[in-house]
This record gives sequence, structure tokens and C-alpha cells, in this order.
Amino acid sequence: MNALFIICGLGILSLVAEIANLKRWLTVFVMIGLVAAAALAVLDWGTTRSYFSDMVLFDDFAISFTTLILVASIFWFWMSGDYFSNQPHKTDRSALILFAITGAICMVSFNNMAMLFLGIEILSISLYVLAGSNKESLNSNEAAFKYFIMGSFATGFLLMGIALIYGATGSFNITKIAAHISSHIDSLPGFFYAGVLLMLVGMTFKISAVPFHFWAPDVYGGSPTTITAFMSTVVKIAAFGAFYKVFSFCFNSVHSSWVLVIQIMTVLTLVIPNVTAVYQNNIKRLLAYSSVGHVGYLLLAVVANSTGASGTILYYLTAYSAASLLAFTVLHILENAVANNELEGFNGLYKRNPWLAVSLTIAMLSLAGIPPLSGFFGKYMVFALALQQGYVGLVLLAVGTSLVGVYYYFKVIVAMFFKDLNGTFVSVTRSSQLMLGILVVLIFLLGLFPEWMITRFTIH
Amino acid sequence: MITVFLLTWPLLAALLLFVLKPGNAKVFALVASLVELVASIIMAFQFVKDDSVQFAVNISWIASLGINFYVGVDGISLLLVLLTTVIVPLIVLSSFSKTYEKQSTFYGLVLIMQMALIGVFVALDGFLFYLFWEMALIPIYFICLIWGGENRGVITLKFFIYTLAGSLVMLVALVYLYFQTPGSHTFDIQALYQAGRALSAYEQGLVFWAMFVAFAIKMPVFPFHTWQPDTYTTAPTQGTMLLSAIMLKMGIYGLIRWMIPLVPVGVMDWGFTAVVLSVIGIVYASCIAIVQKDVKRLVAYSSIAHVGLIAAGLLTLTATGIQGAMIQMLSHGILVFAMFYIVDIISDRTKTRSLAELGGIRNVAPVLSTVFIIVMLGSVALPITSGFVGEFLLIRSLVEYHFILGAVAGLTIILGAIYMLRTFQKSMSGETNSITSTFTDLTNHEKIVLYPIVILIFVIGIYPTPILEISEAATANIVNLFSAYADSIK
Repeated sequence: MNALFIICGLGILSLVAEIANLKRWLTVFVMIGLVAAAALAVLDWGTTRSYFSDMVLFDDFAISFTTLILVASIFWFWMSGDYFSNQPHKTDRSALILFAITGAICMVSFNNMAMLFLGIEILSISLYVLAGSNKESLNSNEAAFKYFIMGSFATGFLLMGIALIYGATGSFNITKIAAHISSHIDSLPGFFYAGVLLMLVGMTFKISAVPFHFWAPDVYGGSPTTITAFMSTVVKIAAFGAFYKVFSFCFNSVHSSWVLVIQIMTVLTLVIPNVTAVYQNNIKRLLAYSSVGHVGYLLLAVVANSTGASGTILYYLTAYSAASLLAFTVLHILENAVANNELEGFNGLYKRNPWLAVSLTIAMLSLAGIPPLSGFFGKYMVFALALQQGYVGLVLLAVGTSLVGVYYYFKVIVAMFFKDLNGTFVSVTRSSQLMLGILVVLIFLLGLFPEWMITRFTIH
Repeated sequence: MITVFLLTWPLLAALLLFVLKPGNAKVFALVASLVELVASIIMAFQFVKDDSVQFAVNISWIASLGINFYVGVDGISLLLVLLTTVIVPLIVLSSFSKTYEKQSTFYGLVLIMQMALIGVFVALDGFLFYLFWEMALIPIYFICLIWGGENRGVITLKFFIYTLAGSLVMLVALVYLYFQTPGSHTFDIQALYQAGRALSAYEQGLVFWAMFVAFAIKMPVFPFHTWQPDTYTTAPTQGTMLLSAIMLKMGIYGLIRWMIPLVPVGVMDWGFTAVVLSVIGIVYASCIAIVQKDVKRLVAYSSIAHVGLIAAGLLTLTATGIQGAMIQMLSHGILVFAMFYIVDIISDRTKTRSLAELGGIRNVAPVLSTVFIIVMLGSVALPITSGFVGEFLLIRSLVEYHFILGAVAGLTIILGAIYMLRTFQKSMSGETNSITSTFTDLTNHEKIVLYPIVILIFVIGIYPTPILEISEAATANIVNLFSAYADSIK
């Protein structure tokens, strides 16, 4: 909870910084604030407290997701220092990101549908602006506009769903809704189920599951690379946390009414983005499709065990975010050296700067799920969860799509190591080197010693 | 603890290579791999020749998921560990005349590969086994990708995806068995054995195929071999040596340790099909080898034929067959290593691997020619060479198993003689031409690599008993298991 206050405060500070002339120190100050917020969140571990008349509830689930969001944000600020310093309106951007993080925390800690809606809106509106923050780029403008229109539609669905559910159960509070559902399981009106499905559409749009994923490649591809990194890590964690909370905690008693839809979506989300990614020549679009593909594995965990998957999901999201941040950091460093992020630009990167090539390789290997990296262990936990519940067919399908994944992730690796040199040596600052190093070590440590995280963060 | 040393030492050496980038990475890697060899020889001398698991270390790793760092050695593992520790220093030594770009990375990857290979041979926990199995793939992939020949991008990717596909199916089977173990589940090998043997015949059949495909791709057995000739040909010579001399043994070892005792009913139901596939592979690959023009490719195909015989003999599930497979694995390891090395020496000096352009090397390089003859005779299983012991035992077990299959498999000796003698004739005998006239004979360091091999070929051929004794008890265990099953069916 204190974390939420600190970040709100940081956001306001960012806005004031313009007037108070604190711009130079802003990023440092924000990072210190984020570390403090993460520390405070961790200190609350093991407690369950609700605030604002039960609007938000900080239990182990919320605290662990909040911590993950904050840690990812710290890395994000570290990687994107020059996104703030090289362009105008530094304070506005910084404030928007901080408000987006506030929204993200609301999305994983809500206990009331109204708070869910607020969280999603705080996050989304900041992102609509940030996606278009490269004002001179046509793609960036297109991304912002597309994201805004699609996002508004989805929010509409979500709101309609919330309204119908309120009509059927008489409450916005998810604990009360869940209690009402289980006590009136046989007498729920038809429009209640319509409400569940509308919410499903809204939420699957936010997590970009197929068939509601089509905005993702354009938005990810068009936005500035740093914002794409933010969307595919922090936003994804928050969206999936919210999705899991709604369907696992609130609608679990009517599991049978939505699980089939999610199963079909899982199959589609495993197959379509992974196959489409094979044909991408732009690495940002490739990563966009890959990020949609990873949602498929997360959905598989939800399908397999809709109430006991939070530990697996948290681990998977951590592993995925670490690898994504690593990949996007390399992409961001190379932004000036590689034109338009086309795959050919990565040819011979190994000779231009071996550290960048090795970092990006480790990111790709982890995303592809190669042991002993953390991405492998995340996939392993999902597959084990699904096999335990007898979903052999879905697991075999997921194995197949992982292989397709290997193909396109390795396209990047092959380009870097095998293709002829293209361009000159790229230099990397000390700070970026350190960050790449920490992320690489983190990916290895998470993969080799997952026990620490599994036992501590398995949420029952 | 010596098992842990064998695993951590190469990794440590590799990390030092990556970080320090010493000017003389070759020597560094050689010393590291020799230390490893000494450690493994100490282990072999301390080994007690019974069927128990020795030098075992069992540390809880991911306790909540029943995953342990459980490693140990029995006779079968020990032989393969020895093969690895003998071949790797030779591989490093064989590269002394070359200068690889970014050599510290190259030798670092070779050492990581060694760690993963030893890990595969000593792992006694299903998850750990899978982990090492996959980890062996990464360094060899990069060795082939960075230092390989023409068209390596596509070929190595095919190799990677092919083998990964197999291993992922194996992973699914392992996790499936894991959930059959009692209590809070474990990957411990004995628990997995119990779980596997308790399955119905139909389920055992499914697990059999999941495991067999993974191992068959690695070896490779027909029809899962299509990645192999291209990959062997494209890989840098040291990569090809790692692949053929050691890595394919992972597949055979997998059959012995992780398939045959795991699903005995499945093996009895489907073993015959697998033997037939292996025998088809023998004949098929031998015939293709006969018409090859590229020497390296020819050796690659001959390797498929030899491995097919090992797999077929092994799956007869007799003591003769399994012991034959053990000894043939070692023999094939050293022979194929020597074969690829000789091919490399020839192609380095003549800049060609085409048989048609060679000829008359015997006249200018008698030492090389003699070594080549010995290796070749070992390869075609002439008595008193190492190849003879293994092939004899394997073919005998096959003939007892099924006479016609045995007879067809026996063709390997005739077909092998055809392609090997043809290779010798086209490259070594005949008139010296403009390409081969400037050929120089073996240098000193090449002799240091090849002479131990020649000695080993004869030692194993003349007196194989010490080697057979090491794995005898462990083999007998497997055979007893099956005779118990056969009795219960009667």
C-alpha cells in the first residue's frame, strides 16, 4: 500500500519538477523512490490488509505482483535513461510512466470492480500518450491512435460486463460477488453469464490473447522501443495479474462457463502468433508476436489449474520479463546502429560487439525455453501443471509451438553469429554493460535456483 | 565427490577461458582436459566392479518439485565418462595446427560441452538428466554455427530443432512418469523405474516411443537421421568429432539407462520394430556411403551404419548384445575420431575432400597411410582390432535374436569393407597427382594424437576383458530384469 503512495507522490513530483527545476536529478530520484517502494512492498509480505472501504486488498498475491512490477520498472528506468534526457518534455513522460505504474499496481491489488476499471484506465490513458510520444514518427502516431481506439472498445466491453454482473449480484466487491455466485449457483440470471463473457473479451484484449491480439504488433512495432519494452513487461504483468484475479478469485464457481472459451483461446494463442512470428523481418514485430505467444503458455496454466496457478504464473512472468527487458535493452542500445530494427541490421553483430550479441542470445534462448535458463523453467512448470491435470494434448501442442518459437528466436541468433558483418563497432556505456550483466546473471540464477522463488511465492 | 569434481572442473575452466581470454587458450584447454582425464582415471581405479552405484552424490536441489542433484556412476556410466575424458584432450590436441578466431570462446564451449556430456552419463535424476541432455546441445550448436562451413546457418538450425523436438517429447514422457511416482512426486531414477514398470502395456508403449524417438534422433537411427550427414559435414572438424565420437553415445546411453529398464514391457512389445529400423539404417547408410564423393560425408554415413548395429544389438536385450554395444561404443568413439582427424589432415593439406581429386598419398606420406590402414581395418572389424570384438558380439546377439535380421546386419562388414577400401584406394594408392604431390607426412603433434588411438585400437582388440568386466555387473542387472519379465509372461 505504501508503495502505491510513494509512486503517486513520485508522479506528482515529476510534474512539479518542471517548475522547481529539478529535471537533472529526476531520473535518479525516481529510481531511488521505486527501490524504496519495492522495499516497502516486500516488508508487507505475509500481511493481508484492505484499504479505502475494501477497494484495494494487499494480500500475498497483490504484494508479489506489485514487487515484480516495481522491480521491472526499476530496470526499465535504468535502460531508458536517454529516452528522458534526449527528448523534450522529460517531466511529463516521467510522470506518465509513474502514473501507468500506479495503474498497474491498482490492477493487481483491486478488490472491487470499480478499482479494476480505474486501474486499467490509469494505465491505458498514460500508455496511449506514451505510444505516440515520438511525435515526428508516423508509426508512433499510428500506434497511439490504434491503441487508443482498440483500447477504448475493450474498456467498453469490460464496463458493460461489470454492469451486467453488478445487476446480477448486486455488488462491485469481488469477494461479495464470489460469495453471491456460490450461494446462488443455480439461480443466476442469463445476463450474468453474458457479463462474464463480456469481461472475458475485455480482459483478453488487455492481455492480448488471440483473437483480440491484432493491435499488439502494430502498437509494439510503432511505439518508441522503450515504451514497447514497458508495454511488454510491466503492462503485461499487470494485465495478466488482473485477468487471473478476476477469473480465479471471482468467477471460479462458474468455471465451466468460461473455461472452454479460454481453452479455445489458448490453442489459438499458442498457434497463430508463433506461426506468424516466423514471417517477421522486423525484430520489434517479432518480439511483439512472441509476447503474444507467451500469453498462450500463461493461459495454458490458467486452463490447467484455475485456482492454484498463481505461483507458476508469477514465475513465468518474472522469467519472461527478465528476458524481454534484456532483449529490449540491447535493441534500445542498437537503435542508432540498426536501421528500423530490421533483422538484416543484426547481421554480424557478434563482431560489432560480442557482449551485445551474447546478451541478446541469452535473452532469445531464455524466451525460447532452453535450459538451464529461467525461460525453460517457466515453461517446464506450465507443462508440468498441465500434465498433472491430464491435458496431454494441449501440452504436446505447446511443445510444438515452442519448437516453432525456437525457429524464429534462432533466426536472430543465426543473423548475429553467422551472417557477414554489417556496420561498425558499437560501443556500450558502463551503466548499460552493468545492467546487461545483472539481467544475464538473473536469468541464469532464476533458472538454476527456482526453489527460492517457488516456495516463497507460491500463493494459495 | 569426484563425480562433482568431474562436472565442475570443466565448467570452471570454461568460465576462466571466457573471462581471462588467455593468449594461449589451446594449452589452457589441454591442461584442463588432462586434469579431467587424470581425475577420471583415479575414479576408474577406485571403482569396484559390481552393479552398485558408486561415487554417488545426492543433494536436494528443488525440493518442492522432487528434483535432486543426484549423480553417481556404475559400470556403464564409467566407461562413457572415460570415453569422454579420453577423447576431449585428443580433440583439443587435434586442433593445435589450426587457429580458430576467438579461440578462448571456442575452447570454452568445448569444455562446457564436456561438462554436459559427463553430466548426461552420471545423472541419476530424470530432471537433471534432461537438463544436461539439453545443455550439451547449446555449445555444439554454437561451435557449428560460428566456426562451421558453408551454409551452416540453415543446417545447424535444422540440427538444433530436430534434436530439440525429440528431447521435448522425452521431457513430456519424463514428466508424465514423474506424476506416476507416489507421494509428492520425485524424479529419482529408481522411483521413475517403479512408476514406469507399473504402467499398462499400452502406456509403456507410448513412453517407449517418446523416449526412443529422442534417442534415435541423437544417434541417429533410420529414419531420424536426415540432419546428420549435413551437420557432420558442415561442422568444424573438432565439432564433428564431439558430435560423432561422444555426443551420439548420449543416445545409446539413453536407451540403456533411461528407456530399457524404464518400460520393459514397452521394450518387449516394440523392440522388434526398433531393431528392424536400426537394421534398415545399417544397410541404407552403408549403401549411400559407397557412392559418396566427399570423404567427410562418407565417414558421416558410415557412422550411421555403425550406430545402427549398436542400437540393434542393444535392443536384443541379451548380455552379449549389451556388452557388445558397450565395447563398440568405445571402439566407435576412438575410430570415428581418428577417421575424421585423418580426413581433416588430408583436406587441410590438399584443400579438397573430393575422393576423385585425391590419390597417391601413400607414396608421399607413408606414416599417415599406415595409420589410416589400421583405423580402417578397425572400422571394418578385422580381428585383433577393437572393432572386431564389438561387431562380433553384436552380430552374434542379432543372429540369436532373429536369424534373417542378423544376416542382413552382418552385411555391414562386407559393405563397410567396400566403402572403406574404396576410400583407401582412391585417396592413398594410385599415382600421385598435382594436388597430392606436395603432401607432407604426419607432423609430431599429429602423431601424438594418432599413436595413442592406434595403441587403443589394438589393446581393446586383443585384450577387451578389463573393459567388459567394468560394465558386466550393470549389464547383468538389465538382462536379469528381462528374463524375470519373460518368465512372468510364460
